Amino acid sequence: MSFIPEFNFQKVFVAPWTTDFASFGWIVLMGFLVTLACGLVGNFLVLRKISMVGDATSHSILPGIAVAFLISQSRHPLIMFAGALVAGVVASVLIEIVHRRSRIKEDAAIGVVFSTLFAVGVVLISLYAADVDLDADCVLYGELVSVGAEPRAIIAGIELAPMSVCIMGVVCVGVIVLLLLFYKELLVTSFDPALAITLGLRPGVIHYGLMCVLSLVIVSAFRSVGAILVVAMLILPGATAFLLVQRLPAMLWLSVLHSILCAIGGMHLAVWLNCSVGAAMVVTGTLLFVLAWIFNSQGRVLRRQND
Amino acid sequence: MKLGANRAGLGIFLLLLILSFANAEAARIGDIVETTPMEQAARFFSLSDKAVQLALAGSVLLGISCGLLGAFLVVRKMALVGDVLSHAVLPGVALGFLWGMTKNPVAILIGATAAGLLGTFTVSLITRTTRLKEDAALGLVLASFFAVGLCLMGMIQKLPTAEKSGLDKFMFGQAAAMSGADITLMSVVTILTCLLVIVFYKELLVISFDATFARTTGIPVRLLHEAFMLLLAFSVVIALQAVGVVLVSAMLITPAAAAYLLTDRMHRMLILSAIFGVLAGVAGAFFSFLGSNLPTGPFMVLAASTIFAGAFAFSPKHGVVPRWWRRRVKGDRIGRENTLKAIYQVLEAADFKSEGVTTAELAKHRHNTLETTLRDARKIARFKLVDFDDVRGVMRLTNEGWRQAKIIVRNHRLWELYLTSRANYQLDHVHDDAERMEHLLGEDTVRELERRLNFPQTDPHGRVIPSVRETTTSREP
Repeated sequence: MSFIPEFNFQKVFVAPWTTDFASFGWIVLMGFLVTLACGLVGNFLVLRKISMVGDATSHSILPGIAVAFLISQSRHPLIMFAGALVAGVVASVLIEIVHRRSRIKEDAAIGVVFSTLFAVGVVLISLYAADVDLDADCVLYGELVSVGAEPRAIIAGIELAPMSVCIMGVVCVGVIVLLLLFYKELLVTSFDPALAITLGLRPGVIHYGLMCVLSLVIVSAFRSVGAILVVAMLILPGATAFLLVQRLPAMLWLSVLHSILCAIGGMHLAVWLNCSVGAAMVVTGTLLFVLAWIFNSQGRVLRRQND
Repeated sequence: MKLGANRAGLGIFLLLLILSFANAEAARIGDIVETTPMEQAARFFSLSDKAVQLALAGSVLLGISCGLLGAFLVVRKMALVGDVLSHAVLPGVALGFLWGMTKNPVAILIGATAAGLLGTFTVSLITRTTRLKEDAALGLVLASFFAVGLCLMGMIQKLPTAEKSGLDKFMFGQAAAMSGADITLMSVVTILTCLLVIVFYKELLVISFDATFARTTGIPVRLLHEAFMLLLAFSVVIALQAVGVVLVSAMLITPAAAAYLLTDRMHRMLILSAIFGVLAGVAGAFFSFLGSNLPTGPFMVLAASTIFAGAFAFSPKHGVVPRWWRRRVKGDRIGRENTLKAIYQVLEAADFKSEGVTTAELAKHRHNTLETTLRDARKIARFKLVDFDDVRGVMRLTNEGWRQAKIIVRNHRLWELYLTSRANYQLDHVHDDAERMEHLLGEDTVRELERRLNFPQTDPHGRVIPSVRETTTSREP
């Protein structure tokens, strides 16, 4: 009995696409949608140098979700989203207050506020909701594995994808539509806020819009991959693409490619190693980042030699 | 004095160290589940239970080490580094467990410390070799290492042979899961931390506030920084068992941030931070003990956050409430002084012939409503600056009121004169500045101004500068 399971080509690479496709197909699709939505939004976090905001937000929405669940006793996505959005706003207001009204620096303010909110969330869940289907483990691991077993969403009598895949799909489409609509605004405000003001765009409004979309994406991804892995899904695609290309459209397309590779690679890795699918997808993404890192610096070294 | 306090602290550790060896075969708190919160509280406070003693000793030790090192993190603006370090240790915990397939504290300490340091090293490597900024590097390393850790933990939990009890407690912490061996290790780390902070206090202080200066004075900055990071990693790892991977960074940052609000001196901040850490640790252990099988970490963090909120609101110097109160008191004083000044000006316009000033006159002079003027009059009457006849609406300045009114008018006119004659201001540009300065000038400054202006009698507008000399000198012996 060794720690790393024996590599079985049939089991790892063939079975998920043939006999077990009914469950693994949904897992891959869901993983792809989650990584895609996170990655597209995350690109702008990386460009705006506010990556840690994703970390703070993903931690601090937990009490919102817990309170919304305790009040309504349901896991309806809209209720969860409302709770999370309120918590997200409360967190950013609190960080602002602590940072502005005292001599605490911004990094410590973020640390104090999000850990407090996260602790409130964990306490609420472990006190009141431990026996229900919202538990502390789901906060960490997510439940991507069981996505195929969920009840199907039925629209106009036709059985569609599992409920959460449908929601994530809608979120993805929403993110893409918003991205296309506000592409120019996002581009200019990310790279040159001063120019944006002179062009009559409003960086503040765009920033808060981005934060709202970020909360939405985090809430919808939260269930699948958990609070902490969401951060990786947000930053990894953008950071990897940032190392390889210089232009924003290329970055966005690369992060789409990154999400596909993450979803498929993560699924195979999870089947092989028998571990959490969400974590395995992040590990795959990390490997892709490391590859990009090596080849990027390799390229730089070569260029320097040519000079 | 500072050294004395720390020596006393050292004595306590040694005591706890001895205590911990005596308690090696303690029972676990989780053994008894069916008790009421009251019984549990009694059990906690009686300290008869060995498991309680262990949990308490552990909380005290982690509070001290995290509090001391966290203080340096906060003043060096490295709070997020603590966050990354605490998440990055997870794969190391799993590997340390795999080493001997048991929860061996030393193996876990080595593995977790290595993983944590590798994480912080990777952050600096990414920021140095790529154009990614530090925030992206921090988030990336934090989440990637955590994901690898989750994968390994998942694999361990599926192993049938592993004696895996307690490994899942590393996520949110369980003070009751600590063993005697854990406490021994914690004592060693805490003593090392205290030694580092006491012996190299001056060097750490200089590095934290002015690294360039530290380098020029020949302090081994690099070496001390590495030692600091190593001990930081150790402290994070020993706190894992009680606080959990997810929230251990809060035990570094929150007590230190609260201490930062309360004092401006580093040694006081260190002591306060350690005290807050201990308080939060003990309170967290207590509250999680009340319920059955509750995680300890979130309760410790909430206790620390409560302390922080208290410091944020009520810190004498930096607190929100005292600062608001000081602003209000100052605003009230300025309001009173402005009313007195207006009364003086009304009296002056009548060549000081009338006995008092009516509210109607004052309202006209200040372009205010009668109602506002009435309120102002009552305010200064409450401070016995005027005798206010509420029925007829007449104010008569008391002796103290006269004195203060003269002071404020004198200050205003002196400052106007100073600006026009010495600072070459235009005559029509000096009023607004004098409106502000009149409330701020102290007696000494006024005397110096009078001396430099050769004891003037009139201001640039030709009005008499009132003399307060006889009243002020009469107060002095």
